[in-house]
This record gives sequence, structure tokens and C-alpha cells, in this order.
Amino acid sequence: MKEFIIHYAHIILLFPLLGFIINGLVGKFLQDAFGKSICGIIASLMVCASFALSLGIFCTLSELDPRSRLFTITLFDWINVGNLHTSISFLFDPLTSVMLLIISGVGFLIHIYAIGYMHHDSSTWRFFAFFNLFIFMMLELVIADNVFLMFLGWEGVGLCSYLLIGFWYKDKANVIAGNKAFIVNRIGDLGFIIGVFLLFWAIGSQGIWTLNFAELKEYSYLLENLYLGNINVVTIICLCFFFGACGKSAQIPLYVWLPDAMAGPTPVSALIHAATMVTAGIYMVTRLSFLFILSPVALGVIAITGAVTAVFAATIGFAQNDIKKILAYSTVSQLGYMFLALGVGAFSAGIFHVMTHAFFKALLFMGAGSIILGMHHEQDITKMGGLRKKMRWTYYTFLVATIALLGIFPLSGFFSKDQILWSVFSSPYGSKSLWLLGVFGAGLTSFYMIRLVTLTFFGRHHHTDKAHDTLHEVHESPKVIIIPLVILAMLSVIGGFVGVPHIFGGSNILQVYLSPVIADAELNHYPMITEVGLMLVVFMCVLGFAYGAYYLYSRKPSRRAKLIERFSFPYKVISRKYFVDEIYQHLFVNNIMRTMRFMARFDMVVVDGLVNFAAFLTRIGAYGNSWIDKVFVDGLVNGIATVIGSLGSRLRKIQTGYIQDYVYVLFASIIFILLFRFMIA
Amino acid sequence: MIKLETFLIVSAILFSLGIYIIIARKNVIAILMGVELILNAASLNFVAFNKYSVPTSFSGQMFSVFIIVLAACEAVVAFAIVMSMYKNFKDINADSATTMKE
Amino acid sequence: MELINEHLLSLMVFLPLIGAMLIVLLPKSSEQSFKWIACITTLLPLILAYKIFVLFNRDVAGLSINQGFQFVEKFSWIPAFNIEYFLGIDGLSILMLLLTALLCPLCILASWNINKGLKGYFSLFLLLETGMMGVFCSLDFFLFYVFWEVMLLPMYFLIGVWGGPRREYAAIKFFLYTLVGSVLMLLVMLYFYFMTEPHTFDITRLIAEHKNFLGFGHILWFALYIGFAIKIPVFPFHTWLPDAHVEAPTAISVILAGVLLKMGAYGILRISYPILPEATLYFSTFLAIMGVINIVYGALCAMAQKDLKKLVAYSSISHMGYVLLGMASFTEEGINGAVLQMFNHGTITAMLFILVGVVYDRAHHREIDGFGGLASRVPVYTGITAFAFFAGLGLPGLSSFVSEVLVLLGAFQKFTLYTIIAGTGIILGAAYFLWTIQRVFLGKLDAKYAELPDINIREILSLAPLVVIVVVLGVYPQPVLDLMKASLGYLNSVVGG
Repeated sequence: MKEFIIHYAHIILLFPLLGFIINGLVGKFLQDAFGKSICGIIASLMVCASFALSLGIFCTLSELDPRSRLFTITLFDWINVGNLHTSISFLFDPLTSVMLLIISGVGFLIHIYAIGYMHHDSSTWRFFAFFNLFIFMMLELVIADNVFLMFLGWEGVGLCSYLLIGFWYKDKANVIAGNKAFIVNRIGDLGFIIGVFLLFWAIGSQGIWTLNFAELKEYSYLLENLYLGNINVVTIICLCFFFGACGKSAQIPLYVWLPDAMAGPTPVSALIHAATMVTAGIYMVTRLSFLFILSPVALGVIAITGAVTAVFAATIGFAQNDIKKILAYSTVSQLGYMFLALGVGAFSAGIFHVMTHAFFKALLFMGAGSIILGMHHEQDITKMGGLRKKMRWTYYTFLVATIALLGIFPLSGFFSKDQILWSVFSSPYGSKSLWLLGVFGAGLTSFYMIRLVTLTFFGRHHHTDKAHDTLHEVHESPKVIIIPLVILAMLSVIGGFVGVPHIFGGSNILQVYLSPVIADAELNHYPMITEVGLMLVVFMCVLGFAYGAYYLYSRKPSRRAKLIERFSFPYKVISRKYFVDEIYQHLFVNNIMRTMRFMARFDMVVVDGLVNFAAFLTRIGAYGNSWIDKVFVDGLVNGIATVIGSLGSRLRKIQTGYIQDYVYVLFASIIFILLFRFMIA
Repeated sequence: MIKLETFLIVSAILFSLGIYIIIARKNVIAILMGVELILNAASLNFVAFNKYSVPTSFSGQMFSVFIIVLAACEAVVAFAIVMSMYKNFKDINADSATTMKE
Repeated sequence: MELINEHLLSLMVFLPLIGAMLIVLLPKSSEQSFKWIACITTLLPLILAYKIFVLFNRDVAGLSINQGFQFVEKFSWIPAFNIEYFLGIDGLSILMLLLTALLCPLCILASWNINKGLKGYFSLFLLLETGMMGVFCSLDFFLFYVFWEVMLLPMYFLIGVWGGPRREYAAIKFFLYTLVGSVLMLLVMLYFYFMTEPHTFDITRLIAEHKNFLGFGHILWFALYIGFAIKIPVFPFHTWLPDAHVEAPTAISVILAGVLLKMGAYGILRISYPILPEATLYFSTFLAIMGVINIVYGALCAMAQKDLKKLVAYSSISHMGYVLLGMASFTEEGINGAVLQMFNHGTITAMLFILVGVVYDRAHHREIDGFGGLASRVPVYTGITAFAFFAGLGLPGLSSFVSEVLVLLGAFQKFTLYTIIAGTGIILGAAYFLWTIQRVFLGKLDAKYAELPDINIREILSLAPLVVIVVVLGVYPQPVLDLMKASLGYLNSVVGG
């Protein structure tokens, strides 16, 4: 078994690829022949196989000695030219195995969920084909052993995201959201690829031509003293990579695509836009942590971006009414936390939060999906309310996820968030102000989540559109949806125990497991009382905001109206998402559109015009030339011809054809000749 | 005895009349008659010169006979042409036969 | 067998010509056989191309007959002027040769529906193939020039007779443009000829005596550059391309974009680079700038186009910019990337033009905004088109990613800023391809197209080989890279120092 895994672990990719090919090529026929579930079942089985293999890989790695928990599998050369040597080869180490488990595990649950969710769609085969392709790309991303191969998965998941956001392509808005996601991601990718180039040439200039993670890690010290101008090259490289991560993981300034991406089916939001793909940026930074740790400047930028995004996105969550949009901004905000962790050098804390977040955020989205199904595709939370009684399972699981997200002991979110905030406080790269921002963000999170829960599950049913009460039309979702919810809820509860802080007498299993791969920054030491005190502060803050939300949205809605009226301008700004979309539209999109139209006109009018003008001039010249030719050169020839012709036509008249005339002339001439002769003679 | 000059003068008058007719008249038959006059003028000359220069031979008379036969043949052909011309043009005016021109 | 092996290149070049003659000689009544003759005489070179691919020695590097050129055939042709019939290939030309041999049968397949003047069409097409193959094989400048011109004429007629409504204008424009280029090339060629002693057109000898041309090097280079730039086409000589593409029939667009555009870049690499190395180095920054302009300018123009074929034409201009940028970089990655990009662009753009032709055959127009929601009516066609578009925008895992990334990687070292600007082309490429997918395929189905038939087997057959190649070269480009690595590496080291 162990031998098999060490040599054939890469077939983990084969299953989802096979699922993609089966569903993509013959899925339609299968669907017609065996009913709609068949495609989903095939796809789920494939992911299940991947999950089993992930477990195998995890176990195999665990059995190895901690320092040698690593194996690579090389298939063949990919691009091998000049100094560039990349191969299709895969790297399996603790970080990979954790990511594999998250992706295939959560992915498997969401696949099952999707069988129920997509049941009414007419082309489930397409959905599951794309879904499996996504799993393939995401797994490829995390097991790639060089930067280029990682980029393949990196773009591949972007492609799947595009395909799935626009899955219901008949609605133009979905398609545009997909385009936006892909293009914004591409902007980030430009940063990524430039980072790769810079890294390649920088380390190459030191005599090491490689893009292989293991070798890069070994030789990264060579980069430390390289300068471009007076900026450290590593800093530039890291910032480029981080820009790429911003695109994929929806950080300021490239977060704008994620809320729009909610146009896709809910399982897509859960899997791609909450649990896995958006964490690719965190994974990438963690994978390259040996570079980032060399550049305090880049780390600082990451930390600040993360913290600001966490707070910024959370405030937008305040005033949104679309349930999925709120969760999307929540995702952006939580991703901000993860980057905050990375930015203070607490890489394993970031990965920890990736894991717990994958559980509870996927659960939240799936719960939201269940609600949406129950509400017959209504997403506006102001039209919900009172669902608690109608959708019990959904309610309980949603509540568990919410509490986990708020970070309340002892659910999973508590441990990961606490580890992040503690690292921010005590890491040499962190600072107290960042910590304050983080705590504030946690408070805001609890506010909008409690608002969401209150409006959705508590109180009266608010469906005001119709005269009659529609609450009785709301129904609980089928088992195929509920079971994944329950499993994820359990995971959300217990998931945090892999990283229990020392003060609770636990040991951070995850951090220890990841330590051979990740170089976490050494934390400063503080007395135990500080750590407990800070935890309490965070807890109080979260509770305070939660109560505030409950108070405003459930107990005293009239206060809320007054408050909104009083702060109408800030409220408007928030509810319009700080006008960021509009600003981008104005600043970039419109200008590019203008440029492109100008260019096309320029091309047609000026460049092509010049060509045609040259042709025109040539023609004018040709006409002039031909005029000269006609008038002078040809004129001479024609002139002679004309003279002869006219002479001829005149002389011709002599030939009358009348015999008398000839005879007359004949005799006249004879007489003339005779007279002449006589006169001469 | 009539002098040779007398014959020549008559012959010259006949010839001149023939030429005049050919030139002046448009009628094809008239022109033919003019031609006959010229031929007769010629044959008169042949006979007259034969009589006065070599009375013993008859070569002049022989030519006259030839000319008469020739004139008869010519008249036949010419009248056939005139007939067909009349058929085509409904007149026998020499000027109207212009189809061969240009 | 011996004979075939010794004259592989000649066979490849002249088999289509034999086919053309056969078609010309056959009576008009046997019209249906023309397609088959064309099919066979284009397939045979493909088989030979495979043979060449197998026999080609990957390790030979150099620029002379003994080292570098393989499958050489050399005879005196016009002894009075020292002109030779001199064929041979190296790592640079073999790829182009393979591309030509591959695309021609597909084009025959794509023009199966031509029903006007079959005799002329197929015979001219085969003549065109002879010209193209000849250009890529010949190592005598004069022979090169002859084939170059041989190619021109059929192209003129193929556009001018079988083209769209403005075909005469497009054909004349194409012809005149190319002719200007040819004239410049002719002048340079004659200069080369008279400056060598004894006079010769033999490219390998010209390379050996490149010091003779130092005096006028820059002018000569620039004259050649204009000649080749028109073909590539480089801004601002590109405006013939959209017109010619829009008017040309599908198969001719494929050849035009797939092969003819490559000839410009091929010419620069084959002639300008080794014969005028100093001038090439001098102008390398200029070349890179032109490449960047092409990339960005082409992409912007493509975005604004309303005609599907024009969009693809401008995207070609953009993609050929990568070739220039890579060539100018003088790194092994860059040059290999450039030549690979030529090949990949050939396959991808061929796919795109065939696809546009498919929809044009059915809907009888190409207005992007005139479509809408086709995805729900023609899923297979949509899938293949989306695939081609994603290949065009350089999705990793597909072939163009490999070449584009090699080009950018190579260029990054020399021209960091330009490369970053060129990188925006990647974003713009994504933008216009996705926008087009959106407007043509997605959204609500226009009622007009409710009966649009999906792509048929013949069309799929003409696309399938390209799809396979694009995927295989995306995942495993090494066999192709191995073909050219040695030659291009040597070229780079000779020219770039």
C-alpha cells in the first residue's frame, strides 16, 4: 500500500479527470438513459476515490519520519529548453496532504449535495463535468512541484470558475459575472507570471536555474542580497506573487469579482468560491513562505492588505440583502484574516483557518442553498424570516456554522481565529494596531452574521410581495442535501481540535505536522495571562456586536430605521459597496473600451487610410501619366493617322463610281495632253 | 471621187457624238447607243483607210465585220444587264446603280 | 525506396504540383475527382512529413550544409548565374514544413463545399502548397525567391475569384503589398549576389561571407525587414490582413494565417539573422518594440471588431507580436518560444478560421452582435469554439501557453518593461475572447437560429487533429521543442553572441 502510494499517488488526479471526460463526452447520453442522478453519482464517486487516496497519502506521510515526510513523482519533461527545465512532476508533503484532504473531502460532500441541488437542472452532466474538472485542476494546483505546473492548475481553476459562474448561461448577468471573474483573475495572474519570471532570472543569475519548489527553498538564501535599484528583488517577487494571490483569493484591490461570482449555482459558491479555489492564494503564499519570510516589506504589505480587506469587506456585509452576497463578503473578509496570518509569518495559522473556514463557510453556503431551494429561489433575506421552524436541519447546521465563524469556543473557528489573532499580537512581524483591526473585524463579522441569521430564521415571515402568507410553501430540503450539511456541521464543531493552543493544555497538531514545510515566524513570549485576556477581549467584542445586531434586527427594528436615517450617507455608501465597482468601471473598463474603439478607428482611418491614400496617390499619378501619354505621345501618332485619314476621305470623293465621270475625265485629260503637246511642240 | 478626209470627218463626227452621249446621258440604253456610235465610227475608219491605202486587200473590211459581230454580242450582254438592273432598281438610270459603292 | 529517401523534400514540394497538373489536364466532366486528387496529393506530403519527423536528427546544430542542414538536395540549376536547386531543412524549417503539410489536407477538407470553378480552385491551391513547401525548404536565395513568388499568384486568384463581396479590393491589396515586399527582397538578394565572389545565391555561403555585407548592413536589414514585416504582418503594414481574411474563403484564410504569416518571421530568422547578424543585434530592441506594439495594438483592435473573422485576423496580429518579441530577445527560451509560437498560432488560428467558416456556412453572416445564445442550439460547436478561444488566450495546459510563456520568459530578461506591457496582452486577449463567447454563444437564443444545424462530421474531422495537437503540445511540448532546440540554440549563439 505504502509503496503503491509513493509511486502512484498522482493517480489522484486521474479520477476527477476521468469523471470530467466521462461526463463531458457521454454524460448527456447517460443522463438521458439512466436519469439525472447518474452524472452526479459518477462525479461523486470519482471525488470519493480521490478522497480515499488523499487519506492514503496522509497516512503514508504520517508514518514517515517527520523530517522526511516528502516524496515526489516525476512523469516526464514538460518544457525543457534553454535554462528552463520544468517537468510534469508532483510533490507530496504535509502541506499538500492537508490541502488534498480539504479539497477532496469537502469537495466530495459538496458533490453529493449538488446531486440534490442540481436535480432540477436539465444539463447536470455539464455541471458535473465542470465540477470534476475543477477538482482535477485544484488537486493539480496543490500537488504541483514547480511554479509553472502550479500556474497550470491556477489558471485551470479560474477556467472552471468561469465556466461554472456562467453555468446558467441563458441569463446574461451570470455570463458577465463569469467574464469579470476570469478577467480580474487574469490581471492577478499577470502579477503571478511576472513574479515567476523575475524569480527565474533572479535565481538564475546566481547560477541556479530552477523553478522547483524544493530547490527554490534550498537556494532561496541566494536571493537575499540581490537588489534591483535599491529595492530587494525578493520583495518585488513576493509582491508580484501576492498580487496574483489577491486576484485568486479576492483581496483588495481585486476582490470585486467574488461577490458577483455568486451568480453561479450554490454548490459552486460553496466549493469554489468559499472552500477551495479562493484559498489557492493562501496556499501559494504558504508554499512559497520561504521567499516571503525573506522580505519583511512584502509581509507587511500582505498583513495590512489582509487586515484592511477583512474589515472593509465585513462592513459591506452590513447592508447587503442577498444571502449569498453577504456570505461572499464574509468570505472575502475571512480570506483577509488568512492573509493577515500569512503577513505576520504565521503560515500554519493561515492554513488552519483555510481548513476550518472550508468547513463552516461551505456549510453556510450549502445552508443558504438549502434555504434558497426551500424558498423557491428567493435570495433576499428581507423576504425571509421565521424559517427556523420550517427548516430545522438547515437551521441547526446553519447556526453551528455561524457560531463557528464567529469564533466562539469550542467550535473550530475559535481555534483558528484565535491562533491568527494571537500570532498577530505576538509575532515580530505583527503589531498591536493590526490586532485591533482584526478584533474589530471579528466584531463586524458577528454583527452581519447575526443580522443574517436573525432576518432569515427568526421573527415573522417577511414575504411582503404576495398577499397570502407563503411560509407554508417553504419546505425542508431532501436528505441528499441535509446529510452533507450534518457532516460538515460536525466537522465545523470538532475541526478546531487539531490546533488547540498550549494554554489549554493541547498541542497544535496541525502546526507540528506542517512544520517541516512551513517556516513559521518565531512568536514573542508573553505571560499566559495576556493570551487569556486577549481571548476574553475578542470574545466580549464578538458578543457585544452580536447582541447589537440581535437588538437592532429582532428586538427593536424601529431603532434600526432611525439609525439608518441618522447615518444615511455612510449607510448608502456601504450599501453601494463603496462604489468600487463604479469606480473601476469608470477608471479602467470605460477607458479601455474607449482606447480600443479609438485604436480600431485609428487602424481603419489612419493606418489603412494611409495605405489607401498611397494607393490613391498612385492612381492619381497613373491618371496624370496616362493623360500625358494620351495627349502627347499617343497624340503624335494619332495626329498623323488623323491627317492621312481626313486626306483619304477627301480624295475618296474623286472616285464617284459613275462611268460618265471617268470617261469625262479620260477625254478631258486626253484633250488636255494633246493641247499641251501641241503647245510645247 | 470622194476624198479620204470626208470619211474621216464623218467618222470623227460620229465618234464625238458617241462620246457626248456617253458623257451626257444617264440612260443606260442611250449610253449603249453612244458606244455603238463610237464603234461605228471606228469601223468606218477601218474601211476608209483600207480603200485608200491598200485597195487590193480586205483586212479593213474584215475588222469592220468583227466590230459589228462584237457590237452585237456586246449589245446582248448589255441588254441582259439592263434587264436585270431594271428588275432590281425599277429604272435604268446609270447613277442609281450605286450598291457596289462602298 | 532509395529514391524516395533521397528526394524526400523534392517529393514534398512537387507532389502537390503534380496533383495540380493532373487536375488541369483532366476534363471538366470529372469534376468530382478533383477533390480526391487534391486530398491525396496533400496527404502524401503529410506522410512524407511524418517520415521526416522520424528521420530528422535532433542533435545536429549549425548553419552549413554539413552541420545543420539535413535531407539536402543540391544540383546546379542555372549554371550561368550560379543558381542552384538547393533544398535542405534544419530545426527552424522542419516545424514550418510540418505545419504546412498538416494544414493543407485539413484545408482541402474545409473546402469540400466549394462548388464554383473546382478545377481552378484545387489546382491553384495545390500550386500554393508547392510554393509554401518550397519556401520552407529552399536554401538558395534565388530558389527561395522563386517559390515566394509562386505562392503569391495562386493566393491572388484564390482570394480574388473565390472570395467575398469585396474580393477584388482585398486581392489587389494583398498582391500589391506583398509585391512591394518581394521587390525589396529582390534588391537585397541581388546585392548579396554581387557582393560575393564568386557570385552566389547559396544561403549557406552567404552566411559564411556575411562580413562582405557589413557596409550596407543596416539598410539591407531594414529593406529585408520591410519585406518580411509585410508578411508577418507588423504594424503599420498589417492592414491588408483583415481585408484579405474577411474576403478569402475559409480554407484560404486558414492557409493565410496558418502558414503565410509565418513566412515573414521565418524569412527574418532564415535570412536576416544569420546573414546580417550585426544589423540584427542592432535592431533587436526595435524588433521587440514592434512586437509589443503588435501584441497590444492587435488585441485592442480585435476587441473592437464587429466581424468575427476580422476579430480572428486582429488576434493573429496580436499573436504574431509574441513571435517578434521572442525572436528579438536573443535568449534560447525566447527564440524557441517564438518558433513554437509560430507553430501553435498556425494550429490555433486554423481552428478559429475553420470554426468561423462553419458558422458562416450556416448563418451566412459573421456579425458578432448578430448572434446570441447559440450555445443552447449548437452545443458541440460551442464546445469546440470555446476550446479554440481558450487555446487562443493562452490557457495553461494548451499549446499556446507554452510558447507564450517561453517568449515572455525569454524577453523578460532583456526587455523587462516591454514584456510587462506585452503581458497586458494576455489580459486583453482574455477580454476579447470571453466577450466574443458571451455575445455569440451565451444569453438567450435568438429565434432566428432556432433551426441552426450543429457542426457535422466532416467539419469535426477537419478540427479534431488540431484539437489533439493543441492539447498534446500543451501538456507534452517536448518532442517539438527537441526538434528545434539544437538549431535555434546555435542560431542564437551565432547571432546573439
